[in-house]
Amino acid sequence: MSEFRMPSLGADMESGTLVEWNIRPGDRVERGQIVCVVETQKGAIDVEIWEGGTVERLVVEEGQQVPVGEVLAVIRAEGEKAEGEDAAPETAPAGRPTPTTSPTPAPRAPERAATPAATAAGERLRLSPAARKRAGELGVDPATVTGSGPGGTISLADIEKAAETAPEAPAEPRLARPAAGHDAHAAMRQAIAAAMARSKREIPHYYLGHTLSVEPALAWLAACNAERSVAERLIFPVLQLRAVAMALQEVPALNGWFVDGAFRPAEGVHLGVATALRGGGLVAPALHDADRLDPDAMMAALRDLLTRARKDRLRSSELTDAGLTVTNLGDLGVDSVQGVIYPPQVALVGFGRIAERPWVRDGQVVAARCLQVSLAADHRVTDGAIGARFLTRLTDLLTEPDRLWPP
Amino acid sequence: MAPLSRDTLRDTVTDAILAVAPEADLDALPPGRPWREQLEIDSFDFLNILVDLEKRLGVSVPESDYHELETLQGLLDYLERRLTG
Repeated sequence: MSEFRMPSLGADMESGTLVEWNIRPGDRVERGQIVCVVETQKGAIDVEIWEGGTVERLVVEEGQQVPVGEVLAVIRAEGEKAEGEDAAPETAPAGRPTPTTSPTPAPRAPERAATPAATAAGERLRLSPAARKRAGELGVDPATVTGSGPGGTISLADIEKAAETAPEAPAEPRLARPAAGHDAHAAMRQAIAAAMARSKREIPHYYLGHTLSVEPALAWLAACNAERSVAERLIFPVLQLRAVAMALQEVPALNGWFVDGAFRPAEGVHLGVATALRGGGLVAPALHDADRLDPDAMMAALRDLLTRARKDRLRSSELTDAGLTVTNLGDLGVDSVQGVIYPPQVALVGFGRIAERPWVRDGQVVAARCLQVSLAADHRVTDGAIGARFLTRLTDLLTEPDRLWPP
Repeated sequence: MAPLSRDTLRDTVTDAILAVAPEADLDALPPGRPWREQLEIDSFDFLNILVDLEKRLGVSVPESDYHELETLQGLLDYLERRLTG
C-alpha cells in the first residue's frame, strides 16, 4: 500500500483544503494523473499522483482542510492484495515503491520531503473525521496529540484537551490559516510575503547584470513569425526561456534547491515562469523540460501554462518542480530587474524591457533595440564567477539566436 | 464584410481587450499613450487579443505592423483602414 499525501505546493504552504476528488475507491490511477483538486493560498490546484495502482480508499473527505503530509488516500500497487486480505509473502512489496523510471525524478517537494507535520515513517494517525475537523478548528496538529482510544485512536476529547494545554505561542510563528470565506487575494499576498521575507532573511543574494542588443534575436523572431498565422506566432519570451534553459544545462549549479544546508540539483530543466495575475498576486509555475522543446512546442507549453495560471488551475508538479525562476517585467516598462529568489531555489533570472539605445557596432554608435538581463543568485551555493559564466552564456545565446535551436 | 462604424469597431476592440483584461477601463486611458503598458498587457496577452480580433474581424495583423498599434487610436485607425482598404 502506498499513501497519497497532501503535497507541499510551495515553500510556505502548511495546509490545503481538499475541494474535490476525481477518483473513487476501486479506480485505477496512473502516474501523473490528476486525482484531486486542492485549494491553497495560490488558488485551486490540480494535484497529480506519482504512484500508480488502484484506489484502496479515500481517507480525507471533500471540504476538509488538512496539513501538508497528511494521508489523503491509500493506493494499492499492482499485484498487492486489498486491505484485510492476507498478502501472499512472495508478492509483499519490499518497502515503498520507488519511482525511479520518471523522466523528471526531481524531488516533488524539496522543502517538505520529510513531512515534518506527519507522524513517524509509515505510521498513520488514527482519528475520526469529527476529531480531525475539531483539530482544524482549534488549530491543533493531530500529529502532536496522544490518542487515548483503542490502538491510540485520537478522540474528539483528546483534541480538545490538547487545545487547552497547547503552548500559547508555537516555536515558529505560523501563517494564520485562512478563515472561512477568506479573501483569496489576501491569502496569496500572505503566501508571497512569507516566501519573500524568508528569501531576504535567509538567502545571501548576489546580483549580476548584462546589457545586450536583441536586434539579431528580434530579426530571427520576425523571420520566423512572418511565415505564421497570428495564432501560430512565437513571442519573445520563448527565446528568453530557451536561452535560460540552455545556459542552465551548462551551469547546473544554478538549477536546483538549497535544502537542509546543502544544494540539491534539479533533475531536468524546469523553469518557473513568474506570472502576474490580474487582480494582484503572482505565481511562478514550472515550464517542464524547457531544454527539450522546439520553438512550437515551447510556445504551446507556455500558452497552456499561462492560460491555466490565469484561470487558476495549475498542477501540483508545476508548483514544485521549478529549479530556477525567470521573471520578465519588460512588458511593464521597467529597464531592469533585481530579483528576489523564490526559496528554496538558488537563482532567479530577470528580464527588463526591450528599448532602443545607443549601441556601438564596428566602432559606430547606432540605435539598437537592447535588453537588460539580470541574475540574482544564492551566495551559499555559487560565487560570482559561476553566475558570470551563466549570464555570459545566456547573453551569447540571445545574441546569436541561430544557436538556440541548432539544426 | 460590410464596413463597421467606428463605434462598432471600438466596441469590438473593447471586447477583445476585456477578454484578457476584464478589469480594464478603456475610457480612462490617457489618449495618445501606449495602451498595452497602461493596461499591463504582456506579449502573450497581446497575441491573444490579435488572435481574437482576427476571429471577430477577419483582419490578420502582420508583426511588421505592430508599431502602428501602440495607441488605442492607432489600433482603431489601423483596423479601420484594413477593413475598408
